[in-house]
Amino acid sequence: MEVLQPTSWGEALAAKEEHPGAVPLAGGTDLLVELNFDRRRPETIIDLTRVAELNEWSHVNGGVRLGAGVDYTRVIAELASELPGLAIASRTVGSPQIRNRGTVGGNLGTSSPAGDALPPLVASGARIELAATSGTRVVPVEEFCIAPKRNVLAPDELIAAIHMPVATGPQQFSKIGTRNAMVIAVASFALTLDPPARSVGTGIGSAGPVPLRATEAERFLEGVLDEEGLWDSRGQLSEGAVARFGQLASEASRPIDDVRGSAAYRRHSLGVMAGRTLAWAWDEYRGTL
Amino acid sequence: MTPTKERTIAPPVRGGVGTSARRQDSVPKVKGEFAYSSDLWAEGMLWGATVRSPHPRAAIRSLDITDALTVSGVHAVLTHEDVPGRKLFGMEIVDQPVLAWDEIRYEGEPVALVAADHPENARRAADRLRVDYEELPPLVDPERAVEPDAPQLHASGNLIRHARIRCGDPAVTADVVIEGTYETAMQDQAFLGPESGLAVPAEDGGIDLYVATQWLHVDLEQLAASLGLPQDKVRITLAGVGGAFGAREDLSMQIHCCMLALYTGRPVKMMYSREESFFGHVHRHPARMHYEHGATREGELVYVKARIVLDGGAYASSSTAVCANATAFACGPYEVPNVQVDALAVYTNNPPCGAMRGFGAVQACFAYESQMDKLADALGMDPVELRMKNAMSTGSAMPTGQIVEGPAPVAELLRRVKEMSLPPAGHDAPLDLRSLPGGVSNTTHGEGIRRGVGYAIGFKNIAFSEGSDDFATARVRLFAAGGEPQVEVHSAAAEVGQGVGVVQIQVARTELGVERVTLLPADTTVGSAGSSSASRQTWMTGGAVKSACEAVRARLLERAAGELGGSPSDFSMEGGKIVSQTNGIEVSIADLLGRDSIEETREYRHRKTYPMDPETGQGDAHVAFAFAAHRAIVDVDTELGLVRVVELATAQDVGKAINPLSVEGQIEGGSAQGLGLALMEEIQVSNGRIRNPSFTDYLIPTVLDMPPMKIDVLELGDPEAPYGVKGVGEAPTISSTPAVIAALRDATGRALERAPVRPEDVVGLTEREVR
Ligand SMILES: Cc1cc2nc3c(=O)[nH]c(=O)nc-3n(C[C@H](O)[C@H](O)[C@H](O)COP(=O)(O)OP(=O)(O)OC[C@H]3O[C@@H](n4cnc5c(N)ncnc54)[C@H](O)[C@@H]3O)c2cc1C
Repeated sequence: MEVLQPTSWGEALAAKEEHPGAVPLAGGTDLLVELNFDRRRPETIIDLTRVAELNEWSHVNGGVRLGAGVDYTRVIAELASELPGLAIASRTVGSPQIRNRGTVGGNLGTSSPAGDALPPLVASGARIELAATSGTRVVPVEEFCIAPKRNVLAPDELIAAIHMPVATGPQQFSKIGTRNAMVIAVASFALTLDPPARSVGTGIGSAGPVPLRATEAERFLEGVLDEEGLWDSRGQLSEGAVARFGQLASEASRPIDDVRGSAAYRRHSLGVMAGRTLAWAWDEYRGTL
Repeated sequence: MTPTKERTIAPPVRGGVGTSARRQDSVPKVKGEFAYSSDLWAEGMLWGATVRSPHPRAAIRSLDITDALTVSGVHAVLTHEDVPGRKLFGMEIVDQPVLAWDEIRYEGEPVALVAADHPENARRAADRLRVDYEELPPLVDPERAVEPDAPQLHASGNLIRHARIRCGDPAVTADVVIEGTYETAMQDQAFLGPESGLAVPAEDGGIDLYVATQWLHVDLEQLAASLGLPQDKVRITLAGVGGAFGAREDLSMQIHCCMLALYTGRPVKMMYSREESFFGHVHRHPARMHYEHGATREGELVYVKARIVLDGGAYASSSTAVCANATAFACGPYEVPNVQVDALAVYTNNPPCGAMRGFGAVQACFAYESQMDKLADALGMDPVELRMKNAMSTGSAMPTGQIVEGPAPVAELLRRVKEMSLPPAGHDAPLDLRSLPGGVSNTTHGEGIRRGVGYAIGFKNIAFSEGSDDFATARVRLFAAGGEPQVEVHSAAAEVGQGVGVVQIQVARTELGVERVTLLPADTTVGSAGSSSASRQTWMTGGAVKSACEAVRARLLERAAGELGGSPSDFSMEGGKIVSQTNGIEVSIADLLGRDSIEETREYRHRKTYPMDPETGQGDAHVAFAFAAHRAIVDVDTELGLVRVVELATAQDVGKAINPLSVEGQIEGGSAQGLGLALMEEIQVSNGRIRNPSFTDYLIPTVLDMPPMKIDVLELGDPEAPYGVKGVGEAPTISSTPAVIAALRDATGRALERAPVRPEDVVGLTEREVR
């Protein structure tokens, strides 16, 4: 096995072009597990940890451009106010050791439906910047993942960054696991309220082949908020509306039975999480929290 | 033989019995410098790998090793034809192939071995072995296995043991009758150090094996038989053990590693991966238990009827003894006049099951304690009061007819946990997710939470039962170095993390009044210590070290009498000196010994036990019993089914705490393992296949799942035991599972008849099929 260690983004892209079968390595918290379990034996690994450009985040066009190599610990410490949903999700990832190594880019690279960073990206309409020596393209996160552990990356491409709007309102994330820490999601739910745009964003994790969006729940809630003038009045959201939102979120999932939980439980818990996260977010918006 | 009847009062010595003396292995373990078996290394060593069956049941049509042999770096590919001696092994019943030849009985069964210069090459070669399997439908339902027309997995049939208790009147009736069917899942010991060891071929044609195990001498007997070597050509040294909990009682890689070393003439190391480890050791028997309890309206137990089916999996391992325990302890620590128990251990094509902490008592305790709660409910009685009313005590008769002789503080333990203060209700402000169900995953900020309280008590035998010749050996040497007396203790007791090392040191310090005690590595050049299991090692090896020390002391006093005149009984040992009680003359041990040393080896045996009658279960099968009670307090998110155990409180009689800190460690660890079975630990097996062989999906409690404990340790000395000790290790594992689940029932009102309880069960999405 050959390990390439580019020290610049240009070198990294050149290496990927030259070795299209090479597997990139960021924090290694997914890749090394795969290697240890003998599930993968790449001939070439491209270690991206020395590429400084990947480990930076910056403001671009009023949004955040998050380098693919930024780890969870930094997302929590540095971006909690600008990307609160992603920061809450980051806090639920693994243990301190994993959060120190694991990256959002790696979570995308793995493209597991259980990746905890993905629902907040979906809920906030993140766009993924993919790069090759031949150029750069940007794809919406929902188009990035195409099946469990499969994505649209071309053999010569690397994930450069994630583009996300800065939060304009409350964001939430909630995740079910069968123990109280260090656990892979049985189901998860992310919510973004965007008051200036009067829009609602959702993301569902671990309850479908890819992270999903609960479009009908979003439209329903937007309708209620508009019709009742609640964006402006910041008035109370009816229990019925919260329940209906939960139900629609639950119905948007496409879960399976597996070792971590049953499809029925996943559907059920999504309804509860959607209702609770909405209540928390709305309370925050109303300033009562 | 102890020459002095009255124990000479030894002078106070630091770090003796009853102190939390520091363990010899604690600092290196904390610093990460402790050498575990997986760290072993020898010049020129090869790496072994195991080829395992991907099918739970299959016939082997043919085996072709030619391709595997062509992989570069490969030194050997061995099959059943290469087993030099007995082709089967097993601790109680010799039924398990060293390497399978005709039939595969479980997924992961070893079929061939490879040795190569690098683990990677060994694995590559293992992939190239060609085995032509004819897959057969696996027999996975233990109830089906005992039906007459079921396929027979072994020549002896599918029934490993049917143990019974017939006590009192089988036709008796009662005012109040309740029934229930309960299940416990297959739990894994989940030790952190996977199976590993190093075998080194010796010049005399024998073998030296360094391995993490629980009982060196039972390994040795089985190794010698299968290697076709006389026992004195097999030498085993205990390597650093990363936990055991029963999973190292059966052989795993021992014979395989030695076969490869003998064949290649090179040292061979084997080390399982975590995934392989799930296939490489036995697990806790899953159990299906149907119970019927009858009681008077006042809450006095009239009868218990129980049928317990234990899935032994493909091979017997210790199923017979697990079955005996499930039977003997089927009714709990209660006085029950009329008892009918049938417990079956059966073969299936599921993973083999055997020893795990609590050993048959765990499964039964979940069922009988669930029944006691159900009965209390039916009677409108407080569940603790019902238990206290029926509690056994010293002098009570077990359903097996055995009279409980030692301390049996059942009511006292219950009273103590009941009276402990309750933690405050409600939640910390500001909100701390770590104190809520779901933890840091942010699932509730207080919504849906209900608190529940549950109680349970359990008990279990200490040491080996049913007539086994259970003994432990220790050698103690007293000598002087640099003008100071020193002691060397040698035994084969396996330090598996429980602290039996420091216990031996503490005993020697107390008995000989000498602080400088060294423990030699555990190996087979000294006699057997028996297994580090059955909560027996402090009692048994502690007892052996104590007897050996007494013998050394007697010889020392004789020597003093010889040199100084008088009789040995005139002398006592005080602070490294021998002092005459008659004339005050004293001599230092160092001067008295000069260059000589005094060495004695002793075997310690507990009192004799007897088999349970096969028809009635009657018999004095056990040496002594350990009791523990738990109170669990849980917060349950009733909408999501997530749980936070707020507190576990326990009271346990340990007889005598030789090392109080170790005792606490055992109680916390054992309680955590029981909590794990209550809430998350399950090897999920579907059609004979393990679906979650990794720590990604086999979950064990984290620090956010295991709450702080209140621990009340009683020291009611057992008159039969050295210093009055009772085993500590297993009792906490037994009652914590039912206590936690009782608390969940209290919070949710649901039946929760299966451990572990999943979130699905708590929210009522699963109505379990009860058979
Ligand atoms: C103990 C443990 C606990 C965990 N807990 C969680 C959890 O709670 N939630 C969760 O979501 N995950 C969890 N994980 C999984 C893992 O930590 C995350 O998926 C993490 O985000 C992976 O990031 P990484 O940088 O370590 O990725 P790596 O392992 O380095 O890479 C992951 C994949 O992405 C590819 N990749 C990485 N960077 C790029 C790039 N720039 N361009 C293209 N491809 C790239 C790699 O080739 C690889 O296929 C856990 C893992 C462990 C070991």
